[in-house]
Amino acid sequence: MTTKLFGTKVARVEDQRFLRGQGRYVDDLLHDDPRLLHSAVLRSPHAHARITDIDVSDVLDLDGVLAVWTYDDLTGPMAEPLPLLIPHPTLTHGRTQYALAKDEVNYVGEAIAFVVAVDRYVAEDAVSRIRVDYDYLEPVVGIDAARAAQRLVHDDVPGNVGARMEQENGDARAAIADAPHTLTLDLDIERSACTPMEGRGTVARWDPDTSRLTVWSSTQTSTGVRGCVAAKLGLDLARVDVITPDVGGGFGVKINHPWPEELLVPLAAMTLGRPVKFTEDRREHFISSAHERAQQHHVEVGFDDDGRLLGLNVEFWHDHGAYTPYGLIVPIITSTQLLGPYKPLNYRVVFESLYTNTVMVTPYRGAGRPQGCFVMERTMDAIAAYLGKDRTEVRSTNFIQPDEFPYEHGLVFQDGRELTYDSGDYPASLAKLKELVGWDEFEQFRAEMAAQGRRVGIGLACYVEGTGVGPYEGAHVHIETSGKVKVATGLTTQGQGHQTAFAQIVADTLGVRFEDVEITTGDTRKMPYAVGTFASRAAVMSGSAIHLASLRAKEKALRIAAEALEADESDLEIVDGVVSVRGTDASPGTRIDLGTVAVLSNPLRYAFDEASKAATQFSVGDPGRPPVAEDDEPGLEGKDFYSPQRSTFANGMHAVIVETDPDTAEITILKYAVVHDCGHLINPMIVEGQIHGGVAQGVGGALYERMVYDESGQLLNASFMDFLMPYVTEVPTTIDIDHLETPSPLNPLGIKGAGEAGVIPSAAVFAAAIEDAEGFPITAMPISPSELYALRLAHADDPAEAAEAATTTAG
Amino acid sequence: MKPAPFAFLRPSTLEEALAALAGEQGAKVLAGGQSLVPLLSMRLAAPSMLVDINAVPDLGHIDIDEAGVRIGALARHAEVLASAEAAETQPLLAMALSHVAHPTIRNRGTTVGSLVHADAAAEMPMVLRLLEGSVDVASVRGRRTIPAAELFAGPLESTLAHDEIAVEAFFPALAAGAGVAFEEIARRHGDYALVGVAALVQLDGDEITGARLGFVSVSDIPTVVDVTEAVNDRADPAAAALAELEPADDIHASAEYRAHLVKVLTTRVLAAAIDHARSRARKVTT
Amino acid sequence: MSNAAGEEVHDVRLHVNGSVHEVQVPARRLLSDALRHDCGLTGTHVGCEHGVCGACTVLVGGRPMRSCLMLAVSAVDAEITTVEGLTEADGSPEGRLSPVQQAFSDCHGLQCGFCTPGFLTTITAGLRDNPDPSEDEAREMIAGNLCRCTGYQNIVKSVLRAAALRDGRGATSSGTENLEDA
Repeated sequence: MTTKLFGTKVARVEDQRFLRGQGRYVDDLLHDDPRLLHSAVLRSPHAHARITDIDVSDVLDLDGVLAVWTYDDLTGPMAEPLPLLIPHPTLTHGRTQYALAKDEVNYVGEAIAFVVAVDRYVAEDAVSRIRVDYDYLEPVVGIDAARAAQRLVHDDVPGNVGARMEQENGDARAAIADAPHTLTLDLDIERSACTPMEGRGTVARWDPDTSRLTVWSSTQTSTGVRGCVAAKLGLDLARVDVITPDVGGGFGVKINHPWPEELLVPLAAMTLGRPVKFTEDRREHFISSAHERAQQHHVEVGFDDDGRLLGLNVEFWHDHGAYTPYGLIVPIITSTQLLGPYKPLNYRVVFESLYTNTVMVTPYRGAGRPQGCFVMERTMDAIAAYLGKDRTEVRSTNFIQPDEFPYEHGLVFQDGRELTYDSGDYPASLAKLKELVGWDEFEQFRAEMAAQGRRVGIGLACYVEGTGVGPYEGAHVHIETSGKVKVATGLTTQGQGHQTAFAQIVADTLGVRFEDVEITTGDTRKMPYAVGTFASRAAVMSGSAIHLASLRAKEKALRIAAEALEADESDLEIVDGVVSVRGTDASPGTRIDLGTVAVLSNPLRYAFDEASKAATQFSVGDPGRPPVAEDDEPGLEGKDFYSPQRSTFANGMHAVIVETDPDTAEITILKYAVVHDCGHLINPMIVEGQIHGGVAQGVGGALYERMVYDESGQLLNASFMDFLMPYVTEVPTTIDIDHLETPSPLNPLGIKGAGEAGVIPSAAVFAAAIEDAEGFPITAMPISPSELYALRLAHADDPAEAAEAATTTAG
Repeated sequence: MKPAPFAFLRPSTLEEALAALAGEQGAKVLAGGQSLVPLLSMRLAAPSMLVDINAVPDLGHIDIDEAGVRIGALARHAEVLASAEAAETQPLLAMALSHVAHPTIRNRGTTVGSLVHADAAAEMPMVLRLLEGSVDVASVRGRRTIPAAELFAGPLESTLAHDEIAVEAFFPALAAGAGVAFEEIARRHGDYALVGVAALVQLDGDEITGARLGFVSVSDIPTVVDVTEAVNDRADPAAAALAELEPADDIHASAEYRAHLVKVLTTRVLAAAIDHARSRARKVTT
Repeated sequence: MSNAAGEEVHDVRLHVNGSVHEVQVPARRLLSDALRHDCGLTGTHVGCEHGVCGACTVLVGGRPMRSCLMLAVSAVDAEITTVEGLTEADGSPEGRLSPVQQAFSDCHGLQCGFCTPGFLTTITAGLRDNPDPSEDEAREMIAGNLCRCTGYQNIVKSVLRAAALRDGRGATSSGTENLEDA
């Protein structure tokens, strides 16, 4: 492969429309269609209640209201629970909600009624007129309450336990019992959420002339939505098209499907014969989309004098909220990816996935890895502190070595495949990180700062991320007679620059100009077989599929061109969209445009344009065979699918230097360093952008963001006022990034996923640095200045100091 | 998140606005709208009518004389903050205004509107109280001046009658020999403060003849505490202040932490205000 | 006069990007909704509807304001600029990217693009007030806008590069390979 664009910082083609305000997000669609209707949802104000009556009689009187649906109006598959997308044998008590609540609500925000009106204002007026009678039930809020199980979320789920899963490699408990040193840790991570700038949204239009339903949804999987809509509305799949327009960020929350509105909007559009739109507002996004992260861990570890992990036994409790539509993906990832770059001699993990009366949990960027990384890295730091060793030394002792790949952990990963790492060079990564952050010079810096009365700390954290999970993605490459190359892949785009990165691959593989390539994602009309965008898989899966499909198109182009030019295929090359005999000058008869090859590929008899006329000078096809040979098809196209044996494992290490204010307990980031290895980089600019965004999200998750529920299950901070997403003023002023490129042997491009990496080690790395600055253990994240202050009081060495602090704060 | 319906009037004279307000019990005044519109969109407020005073003439003034700074009802925070003259006459205005939300909000939000919104977590109501300023209000019944000490009735509640419009705020000039300082701690830059403390000190030579503190986010209504005695007795001014404050727990900070910040910030702003007073005195003498 | 929902509507004349839009809207119609749905200018995005995220920021009389915190009926007297109005005339139908827009493309200052219009309008006004910001001033300029994708690193670079492009310093060098210079 000639690599001209692969690996370079190509400016993004999608930026032109975004910068001009010409992006088309779901709420922008059909805005000038006077028939368009709008919708709003009545959501439960209670965390746990039985619905005894719903009175909608005041609603239809309202001018501008067209229809209202409650559960009683749903029939057939729509009246059944929403699908449990990813079942698992250990998910013995999986539960999903109904599109509209049937008899019971289990979280504040659960959909109860759906109103369609002439505009969203009127739809909200209508929602406020619906009267619901409830019998209140005591809610289960938080992991402690779920474990205590004094109350149940679902009457038929004993102990609030949806699943219990255990995996073991070796005999961890025995190894710990025999180990020279042991430690136990109890660790906590709170809830957070993706919060993309654009919430969810769906538009649907039923065309009675063609009996087709078109659905536009702000989703991470258009094929998944299509399948659900068809199944739930009882339509043939062929009658449903799902298009993902521009999407204003996803970060995981839009992979879950179908959301109630993704079914109710098409239902309303078909029922009313008019297009219908739902645009989730910010408050709705907080209380009716999905959250993640909340887990409690209990760790027992046995190790030797070098800090080598002899046995690691982790028990954890995962809060999955009120329902389990996305199965056990998050806790399974935590339980396996917790291992990071290390090789404990014996490992046991057991988790319980628990119901609570809160918003359900589905993957958020990192998808269980931030929790696992936090647990493993806190354990590493605890061992180093116990042994009085440098924290990097204990890690090095436990690293999987470069010559040990592929490395088998003896566990099963989230995709049901063996947890086997394909490649990596962890010692090299660590060396780079130490250099980048100035690890060995830090004690001198600490002393200098201390002399100024300032308190600083340093931390590091390592992770391994299974990316590019299967089962497959496909691509279709079509070279038009104009020479333009139209490429479709089915997964969706939420800002990752796929139109650019994929076009780079096509341009290189096919030998065409980058400007001539146009990529379409997430449109089931163009590519009906696809999985979706999640698990840092787009570049690996669709990138590889596009490469393979481009090779097929190239193969055919060369075959036809060879015939037209009366040359040997192996003597031909394609450069800038022109096939020519290698080493010849530009004389006629030695070169042919791909567009012309495209014309020749289709034995159509109409010379309707210049390209068709130009093609008449060439002669292809065996007169002794049919115009389209038995093993051929018309058109210059290539289609292929990529389906890997297993995931490819990217890795990275972060380090941070923080300053903690001795007076106010404010936490300031002084330096942030990232070493990242995602194999070959398609577009380093885009990869670094992904890291920047991940780090910022990680800073949010570590220091600012949490979902605060009260005992009654009300989310107290369902706004951007109180859910503290970082502004520019809260993120590091610079993020120092260094790359290692250890290629994956599993795909033709040697690439690994990069989307989630930036966010994975954040909780771990900040906990480590704050602990280093303060000198007492940090076991729960996120951490606010108020909490750090409380910890200072609790750990004040000098009782007099503690007493003094206590009296001055008594108020 | 869309407002409930309301009637709307955009009068071109103050008289018209006052008449509309007097005639509609559920009417509310719309000036900058930066606090009101979110409440409408969340349907936490549902006035029957909005009286938009943005087209009323002669309310956008920032008049400055020796006595102090007079700010009209339509003067935006950003305009007050940009006035070097205002900052010269009463430096605490600019010190506090630069902490009011973000610049984009300050471009639309009005200082007078912020005062009558009466939020104890906002900077400007506290500043008005600390400086012992006042607000002029008008209604069909006439005009009156409400001293800052009488302006705040409770959480988010001013003493304006429903038919009254605040037309002007008066912030007294900083007296000779006086100094001010302000500092706040917020979770994110631009957020409401977890705690904010302003200090106003009066020096007579080296003697501190007055020391007062104004507090943000540690009481239900904007609160000012006179700590002159504590300062001069070398007692703990923060402890004296805390006796009159009610720091509370919320999702961002514990009461204990807030009390601690009161202590930290009080020490800092008192020192800064004294420095400020001294540096002003030096300027006068040189 | 009332609309399909029986609600009283007001004739409102909005001056947007140099054009006049005569729209009929209820009093409660937010300016953001009026721009998007009544004027068809969907480049202005709505991210939170409570004034915190800044995605809906437009220029009102040249100053950045939250269009979700204004009513359309209150915006009658002002000249409004949305992201669609930022491009510069160059004879082509679509116009040329302004220095701020070009800088975002050069520096990868956007990913999903949803928050971008609010940043572009804010920075356009910010550089008019402060044509040569320091890095700290560039941060302060964008401190009221949320972005969930970029971590702001490249947006800060974009501000600095836009300042350079505005005064001609970056005129000959464009493209992403100059990211470091920005």
